[in-house]
Amino acid sequence: MLKISGNTTLVLNINGEDREIIAKPSDTLLYTLRNQLGLTGAKPGCENGDCGACTVLVDDWPIKSCLMLTVEALGKKITTIEGLNNIPIQKAFIENWGFQCGYCTSGFIMVCHSLSIHHPDADEHTIEEWLQSNLCRCTSYQEIRDAINSILK
Amino acid sequence: MIPFNFDYYKPNTLTDAINLYTELDSMGKSPIYYGGGTEFISMARVHNVHTKAVIDIKGIPECNIHVLKNTKLTIGSAITLTNIAIKNHFPLLSRTVKRIADHTIQDKITLGGNLAGTIIYKESLLPLMVANANIVLEGINGSRTVPIMDVFCKEMNISKEELIVQVIIDERYLNLPSLHVKRTKNEKIDYPLITLVALVDQGKINIAFSGLSDFPFRTKLLEDILNDESFSKDERIKKFINNIPYKILDDLAGSSEYRKFMLNVMLNETLENLQEAL
Repeated sequence: MLKISGNTTLVLNINGEDREIIAKPSDTLLYTLRNQLGLTGAKPGCENGDCGACTVLVDDWPIKSCLMLTVEALGKKITTIEGLNNIPIQKAFIENWGFQCGYCTSGFIMVCHSLSIHHPDADEHTIEEWLQSNLCRCTSYQEIRDAINSILK
Repeated sequence: MIPFNFDYYKPNTLTDAINLYTELDSMGKSPIYYGGGTEFISMARVHNVHTKAVIDIKGIPECNIHVLKNTKLTIGSAITLTNIAIKNHFPLLSRTVKRIADHTIQDKITLGGNLAGTIIYKESLLPLMVANANIVLEGINGSRTVPIMDVFCKEMNISKEELIVQVIIDERYLNLPSLHVKRTKNEKIDYPLITLVALVDQGKINIAFSGLSDFPFRTKLLEDILNDESFSKDERIKKFINNIPYKILDDLAGSSEYRKFMLNVMLNETLENLQEAL
């Protein structure tokens, strides 16, 4: 049985690399990524699971990192926005003006990237279902939808 | 950011989980079983829940079962709502869980967490109620399998150390004609004003609700009224609404009068949609 108590050295697989961090059980993945590893692409927004600005991929599925304990990430493959390197959805966001202030962008890109992995031929209903997990207060929704549509089959 | 510390345990067996809970409880650590953790983390952040020990059940094999075998569908309590929707063994349950929170959160919420949480809506319970599902509980005295309706009657009636392990649904219910209707105050993604789930079994409608009262419910009294064809549709609906045995919620999401109005609309929709199957 795994037991973790207090600050503990742990190894997480982040963006394809095993990274050593120190975390206690009450630490959320969001703050471990940001404060321990300097991966600030995942943004703290509502910290209540509503806005999606902190979305990362866990085993290729989008997860709001504000609602995941760091210790739950042991043995999982974590991907953050920093782990994506000029993939099609990033280019599509630029070409379709899919952002304004940019605060929500990394979360939206992670969701869109996961959608393109799991449903490369997603229909409008599926796209809407996935995108509803994230909020953009600048209301770039149509441009974001254009971006994801441009890379799906 | 959670403003207090706790110990984290991830047992590999049910026996270890139950023994651990009992031991930690006797030490005054107020342990909690942990599935997806979405409710726990959001409530802990604002001091609405406190514990000194979290027992993560996701390493227990029995809680991770998701299989249709020997005419029974068994779903472990650690199975996520996304996984339920993808496997889609029970389409009514799939449709219901796809309207709980949002798509990303569904990757984290577990069936057990939705059933055992403190949020009153527990929408995944509704399809299980109308399909007469059983629930498997593990406690200090071993395992017991009981009708889910016996456990969720106004509140969750289980011992504090008991762990929800699985739900079991008879295969014959999985593809019966059914309906899921969810109405919210404004946004599509929100807690329900009313969620209604109905299923036609042997020419009769089984029906359950969330958001109408401060707990999900299904009652024989109301089903008998709805299924009494000696009355017209309008008469049945009126009688149904006048005989709800529980206090109808009256809150910011909607007044009790508005909920009655909406229920009228939803019951009409139910009878129209399920007409052919009756």
